[in-house]
Amino acid sequence: MQPVIPIIILALPLTMFLVLGLLGHKMSHRLAGILGTAGMGTTMVLAYIVSFTYFFSGNPSFVDAETHTRLQAVIFNHDWLAFTPSLVIRLGFLLDPISALLLVVITTISFMVHLYSNGYMRDHHGVWETGFQRFYAFLSLFSFSMLGLVVATNIFQMYIFWELVGASSYLLIGFYYTKPSAVSASKKAFIVTRFADLGFLIGILILSFYTGTFNFTDLTSVEVTDGVYQISEGTASSIKNIFATSAAPVFMGGSVLTWALVLIFMGGMGKSAMMPLHIWLPDAMEGPTPVSALIHAATMVVAGVYLVARLFPLYLMEEMSLQIIVVVGALTAFYAAMVACTQIDIKRVLAFSTISQIAFMMVSLGVARPEFHHGLGYMASMFHLFTHAMFKALLFLCAGALIHAIGSNDYTAMHGLRKHMPITHITFLIGCLAIAGIIPFAGFFSKDEILTATMGHSTFWYIWMSAVAGLTAFYMFRLYYLIFWWKEHKVPAGHHAPHDQPWTMTLPLVILAVVSCLAGFVPMGNLVTWNGHEMFESVNFFTNFAALDWGVAGISLAVAIIAIVIATVMYKKENPLPEKMKNLLPNLWRWCHHRFYWDELYMFITHKIIFGCISKPIAWFDHYIVDGTMNGLALLTQKVSYAIRGLQSGNIQMYVWYYLIGALLLGAITAICLI
Amino acid sequence: MELTMIYYLIPSLIMFCCGVYGFITRRNMIAILISLELMLNAVDINFVVFNRFLFPGEMEGMFFTLFAIGLAAAETALAIAIIINVFRVSENIDVRDVNKMKH
Amino acid sequence: MESVGSIIVYAVITLAIIVCSVLAVTTRKILRAATYLLFALFATAALYFKLDYEFLGAVQIAVYAGGIVVLFVFSILLTSQPGDNSAKLASKKRVLGLVGALSMLLVAGYSLVSRASFLTATASGDNPVMKEIGAALMGTGHGEYLLPFEAISVLLLACIIGGVVIARKR
Repeated sequence: MQPVIPIIILALPLTMFLVLGLLGHKMSHRLAGILGTAGMGTTMVLAYIVSFTYFFSGNPSFVDAETHTRLQAVIFNHDWLAFTPSLVIRLGFLLDPISALLLVVITTISFMVHLYSNGYMRDHHGVWETGFQRFYAFLSLFSFSMLGLVVATNIFQMYIFWELVGASSYLLIGFYYTKPSAVSASKKAFIVTRFADLGFLIGILILSFYTGTFNFTDLTSVEVTDGVYQISEGTASSIKNIFATSAAPVFMGGSVLTWALVLIFMGGMGKSAMMPLHIWLPDAMEGPTPVSALIHAATMVVAGVYLVARLFPLYLMEEMSLQIIVVVGALTAFYAAMVACTQIDIKRVLAFSTISQIAFMMVSLGVARPEFHHGLGYMASMFHLFTHAMFKALLFLCAGALIHAIGSNDYTAMHGLRKHMPITHITFLIGCLAIAGIIPFAGFFSKDEILTATMGHSTFWYIWMSAVAGLTAFYMFRLYYLIFWWKEHKVPAGHHAPHDQPWTMTLPLVILAVVSCLAGFVPMGNLVTWNGHEMFESVNFFTNFAALDWGVAGISLAVAIIAIVIATVMYKKENPLPEKMKNLLPNLWRWCHHRFYWDELYMFITHKIIFGCISKPIAWFDHYIVDGTMNGLALLTQKVSYAIRGLQSGNIQMYVWYYLIGALLLGAITAICLI
Repeated sequence: MELTMIYYLIPSLIMFCCGVYGFITRRNMIAILISLELMLNAVDINFVVFNRFLFPGEMEGMFFTLFAIGLAAAETALAIAIIINVFRVSENIDVRDVNKMKH
Repeated sequence: MESVGSIIVYAVITLAIIVCSVLAVTTRKILRAATYLLFALFATAALYFKLDYEFLGAVQIAVYAGGIVVLFVFSILLTSQPGDNSAKLASKKRVLGLVGALSMLLVAGYSLVSRASFLTATASGDNPVMKEIGAALMGTGHGEYLLPFEAISVLLLACIIGGVVIARKR
């Protein structure tokens, strides 16, 4: 493939960012919106071309026809920073199953959000939001960064774009920078993810120090031998050898490789809001809702999953790191689902739901083993990433439409909107069904694959994750009923009744709803697997049906339906049941409602312990010792200067007198010496 | 009684010291200039005396004095021009008032 | 051995130099100070004559007494009212000046007097004739002064221009 189209895919959003950022304030709002949307639309079409070429063209550089294996193709890879012959940082474009998949996901969601924002970022009277052009510029910057991240050819390029998406996320969360809560939320997101990225960077340095390479193709090349798929023999043995013979192979009970991988995973935890680094994501909902849909639901937050998936062959070498991923993911999934059941702010519910669903993907990666269905978990994770992006973006955009119509984030202000906003209602319902895992919507298939993979690994985690899936269905339908049913909507006096939004906002909803209905039928097993090998001999529309493990699927379906029924009973009509439940378990409810006091814990740690025990002594030292020394010197200089400045009187006669004294002293000394 | 060098050098020294005293104590800038001329003149005398007593056949000391006189004329002309200018600005030629350039 | 006449002349000249110098810096009338300076300069010229430097004495009278002092007098008349007395000196300043001048006198005088026994040379040699002086001023060889002569000419020219520029009314 010629590198022209890939370059345009990266360059177009960047150009849009520059154009809108530098010239945006000179354009009309409408032109800026159209320009940004058109740019993103073009990028989307090009990304589709690239992805479809990769998946379906049969080009020998993309697929090995004999073994039915998809290959990693480096489209281009330019030296960017050449420090030494061995330390070269490159920028390139790597095309393999997951990057091709992510190209589609990112550009699709981004385009939908661009389109949607044309309607969302203006009020009911058609007045544009302040900073509308800036908003589009930031969206373009984000799209560029995210695309650069997924097509990175080496881990350092990934890190660079990783930070860029963090920066654009920061800018977009803080878009309403006059609101103090938005400002603190953006700072929180930035600081927490920066903290995680510290681990990521150290991990990168350890890994690249011992292996001597940044390139993914060197780190993770996969080989097929005798029908067994494993990391290419050379790569595996050389990496193993490197770590086995390195000078410091063990550090605090873990091998260096384990440490590197766990630290890299820590970066992923920060970006993907895994416990305990999840605290920034709920607050990030302070940003405009389209941003939440794009960044904090569909694309950026799955970067952590993508990172683990990208380095998956390495993780496979260290069982322990995968175990850690499973435990972290499972705990996060359960925690987030519990919290989501008690939130009032609809965006917060969706945020915790996002955390929970990303944790599903993490667990799925953690349980993936080549022995079990050719690494089913890996495929399931990527599948769920794909479907989740679609239906979660749909849900967020619906939430945006509701918020836009009502002017509040709380479901208490909504209730009974189904008659007023039919399109939003239907699409939201589809999103809920998809996330709950009802056949045949998208979430069913991907979640079923995840559960199957988990069961293949450990029954305990299977039951655990199934319970979480049930909780998911429960809280989503709780939200659905509380928004659209519960009781008749009361229109406040002097307000118009809420209604569906303009076409720019409903069109993306409809498109995403259709995709959410159909995405489950994508034969992902043939497209995305950890070693590129195609799972199915031949595919048709019902391949995923055929491949279902009906035991698992039936159970998860039953769990979801039971959860939905419970939610229906509790929330369809106004009744005292929720209050009773709340009073039955007051402590549990309170803990969930306050998100298990994680924020308070962080506050305690940062304010009391870090500030009190570390920062304050340092500040004291800085203030009194460092500053004190400098101020003392300055004071001394000042005093001395004041004391002697009388000498510079400007009085020439005094100067002469001083000169005379000097001359006389010299003369006297000379006279004495000569005698 | 033989008039050796010292008989000429001592009056010259006294003249110089008068110049020093005047330079330090006077406030009128013209008086300061007068003191300066006294000092210059004392030095001239020294040159001439040394020439006459130590190197009677040469003319270096005399020429030095000659040029010093020329320089003194130049210096005085300039100084007086400046003093008159100062006077024009401040109606006063007290040296204590001439410190505006300090700031 | 000097003649008595010569000693008397010397005594008169020395006395005039000392008295006029002291008066020039102590009188409170500025015009008188200029006059005493004039007399001190005349006495210096007399000293040159006594040491047989007639040309130099003439230059001293012509330039100093005729030129510079006149300049002084003009500027004094321009800048002060007749009858102006300069203010009485602050005692602190006078003490400072006295200490400076006297210590100078002490140090230099002591070094001179303590070496008086070495300074035994007597005045000798002739009055340089005008022809030699002119040749030395215009010559370019060893002990000849064309270059300084030209330099001082330029300096004087610059001075004239500078004086005009500075003193000119704006």
